[in-house]
Amino acid sequence: MPANASDPASPENGRSDPGPVVRFEQVTKRFGDLTVLDRLDFEVAQNEKIAIIGPSGSGKTTILRVLMTLVEPNEGVVYVDGEPLWHKPANGELVRADEAHLRKVRKNIGMVFQHFNLFPHMSVLRNVTEAPIHVLGRSRSEAEDQALHLLDKVGLGDKTDQFPSQLSGGQKQRVAIARALAMQPKVMLFDEVTSALDPELVGEVLNILRDLARDTEMAMLIVTHEMQFARDVADRVVFFDSGRVAEEGPPSKIFSAPENPRTQSFLKAVLDH
Amino acid sequence: MFDWITFTWDMEFALEILPQLLRAAWITLQATVVGFAIAVVVGLVLALARRGPRIVSWPVTFLIEFIRSTPLLVQLYVLYFILPLYGVSLSAFVTGVIGLGLHYGAYLSEVYRAGIEHVDKGQWEAAIALNFDRRRTWTNIVLPQALPPMLPMFGNYFIVMFKETPLLSAITVVELLQTAKIIGSRTFNYVEPYTLVGLIFLALSYPAALVVNRLEARFARQRQ
Amino acid sequence: MGIDLLPTLLRGAGITIQLTLASAALALVVALIAGLGRLSPWKPIRILAGTYVEVFRGTSVLVQLFWFYFALPLFGIRLDAFAAGVLALGLNVGAYGAETVRGSILSVPRGQIEAGIALNFSAAQRMRRIVLPQAFVMMLPPFGNNLIELLKATALVSLITIPEMTFEGYSLQMTTGRTNEIFLWLLLLYFAVAYPLTLGVRAIERRVSAFLRA
Repeated sequence: MPANASDPASPENGRSDPGPVVRFEQVTKRFGDLTVLDRLDFEVAQNEKIAIIGPSGSGKTTILRVLMTLVEPNEGVVYVDGEPLWHKPANGELVRADEAHLRKVRKNIGMVFQHFNLFPHMSVLRNVTEAPIHVLGRSRSEAEDQALHLLDKVGLGDKTDQFPSQLSGGQKQRVAIARALAMQPKVMLFDEVTSALDPELVGEVLNILRDLARDTEMAMLIVTHEMQFARDVADRVVFFDSGRVAEEGPPSKIFSAPENPRTQSFLKAVLDH
Repeated sequence: MFDWITFTWDMEFALEILPQLLRAAWITLQATVVGFAIAVVVGLVLALARRGPRIVSWPVTFLIEFIRSTPLLVQLYVLYFILPLYGVSLSAFVTGVIGLGLHYGAYLSEVYRAGIEHVDKGQWEAAIALNFDRRRTWTNIVLPQALPPMLPMFGNYFIVMFKETPLLSAITVVELLQTAKIIGSRTFNYVEPYTLVGLIFLALSYPAALVVNRLEARFARQRQ
Repeated sequence: MGIDLLPTLLRGAGITIQLTLASAALALVVALIAGLGRLSPWKPIRILAGTYVEVFRGTSVLVQLFWFYFALPLFGIRLDAFAAGVLALGLNVGAYGAETVRGSILSVPRGQIEAGIALNFSAAQRMRRIVLPQAFVMMLPPFGNNLIELLKATALVSLITIPEMTFEGYSLQMTTGRTNEIFLWLLLLYFAVAYPLTLGVRAIERRVSAFLRA
C-alpha cells in the first residue's frame, strides 16, 4: 500500500515545538464491512496525557492496536516521532514496512493490556527483565536493578519471585505496568486496563496510573471507561464515535459542557447509571 | 541399504487381490459398527453407574480404569481363551466385537460423563424449580443438551476403533489385515497386500476424520 | 497364583519397557519435527509434515507394523523385529504427538504474542522465549497420555514375534495351558505400570492448568 510521503495534510491545531510524538494521517481500518477507523486524523504531543472515551465498538482500542503494530491499517500513514510506522521511505515513496523497520519504530511505544498478558512461565522479576535484557541488550544486573525499582514503585517489591498465577488481578496489572515501563517508551498505551478487574481491585491500579501521569515525561494514551479517572489524569479527552474523533478538549470542557449531542448522550448514559 | 531393483509394484497383482481385500474391508466395517453399537450402550451404562451410590460407583470406576490401562490385544485374548473354559463358546468375530465394545465402552463412558457434567448446574435447578420428575429431567432437559456436543467425540472414537479392528486378526477373525496376511503367505508378496490395506484404511478414515472435524468446528462455534 | 510364571513374564516386561522407551524417544523427536513442520512458513515442508501425520494417523498401527516388518524387506530394507517395532510404534505415536505439538503452539493465547510484540521482541525471540516454553508445558499431559497408549500398543509387536510381555504370556499359555493365571498376571502387570502413569498424568494436568492461568 503505497502512500504519498509529501502529502501535507496538516493537523488542524498545530501543537508545535518538538512536533507531535504520534500522528495519524487519514488512517482507515476496516474489518470486513465494518469501518472501525474512518480517515482518522489525530495527534499526540510530547508528554501529553490523553484519555480516549466512547461507546464500545467505536474504534478506540483499534487506535492503540494500530499504534502498537498489532493491527495494520488499510489506508493512511501513522507517524511515530516523525517516522512512518507502517511504512518506510524507498525511492521517495512510502512502501510497506518490513519487520526490521517495525521493530525500530515500535521501540518508542509500550502497551498495557486489558488482560495483562503476563508471561505465565516467568517469575514476576523475569517478566520485567526479559525484554530489557534480550531486546535492549541490558546486562542482567542492570535490568534487575531497574525492575526492582519499578516493582517497588508499583508496590510489588516483595513479589519478585512469585509467578503470575499466584497474584491477584490488580497485582498482575501492576506487574504489567512495570514491565511496560522497563522498556522506557516515549508513548505508553493503556487499553482498558481496569476492565478485567474485580471492582475492589480497580483503585490500586488507577492510583498507580495517577502517580505515573503526574511524574512521567512520556505521553500516555488511555482508553478507559472510568470517567472520574479520565477527568483526573487527562490533559485532553477525546470522544470517539464511529471511527472518528467526534469531540475533543480539556476534561473540564468535555465533561461539563460537551457540545456534540453524541457526547452528551454517551456521558449521560455512563454517568447516570 | 536401498536396493530399488528388488522393489517392483505389481499392478496386475494388486488389481487381482483388490476385490478380495474390499470384501474383507466389509467385514472390518461390520466389526466396527457392531462393536461401536455395543460401546455406546456399555459406555452409557458405565457412566450412569458411576453416578450411583458408592457401592456401585467405586467398582465401576475401577473397572473403567482397569480396562483403559491394559492392552486391547490382551483383553481380546482373555475373552477368546477364557470364555470357552466356562462353557461360553462364541465365534471369533462375536468375541472380537464384544472385546472392542467393552474396551471402547470404557472410553465412551468418559465422554458421556464429560457431556453430562458440561450441562450447567442451573439447568438441573431449573428442572427442579419447574417440578419435572427425574425421568423428564433426563430426557427433556439434560440429555438433549449433553448429547450434541458429544457427537464429535463419538465420531473420533468410531474412527479410532475402526483402526483398531486389525487386532481381531490376532484371534483369527478374517478381516482386512488377516486377509492380507493370508494373501502374503500364499504368494510371498507382502508389499501389495499390506500397502493396499493401508490405503483402504486411509481412504475410509481420512474423509471420516474431516467430517468429524467439521462437526467439531460447528459445535465449537455454537458454544460461543 | 502361579508365581512360577512371573520370571518369564517379567523378562518379557523388561523388553516391553525397552520398546516403550525406545519408541517414545523416536516419537518425541518425530513429533517435534513434524509438529513444527506443520507450522512452517515454507509450504513444501508443511505438506510433507502434513502428509506424514495424516498417513500415520489415518492407517492402523498394526497395519504399519506389518508393513514395516513384512513389506519393507521387499524394498531392500531389512529390519529386525525390534527395529521394525520401534519404527512403527514411534512413527505412529509421533504422528499423534505432532498434532499435540502443533495444537499446543497454536493454543498459546494471542495475547501472549501481542505482549511479545509490545515489548519489541523479534519474531524468533517471541517463538523461543514466549510461545515454545508455554507450549511445552501444555504438551506434557497429552504426551503422558501418548506414553500410556504407547505402552499398551507394545503388546502388538508380539504379533511379529518380539518376546515382550504379551508374547511371553501367549507362549506360556500355549505350552502350559494355564490360561486363567497367565492372562490375569498379564492384565495386572500392564495395569501396575500404566495406572500409576495415568495418575501421574492427571496430577501434571492439574498443575499445568493452574500454572498457565495468568
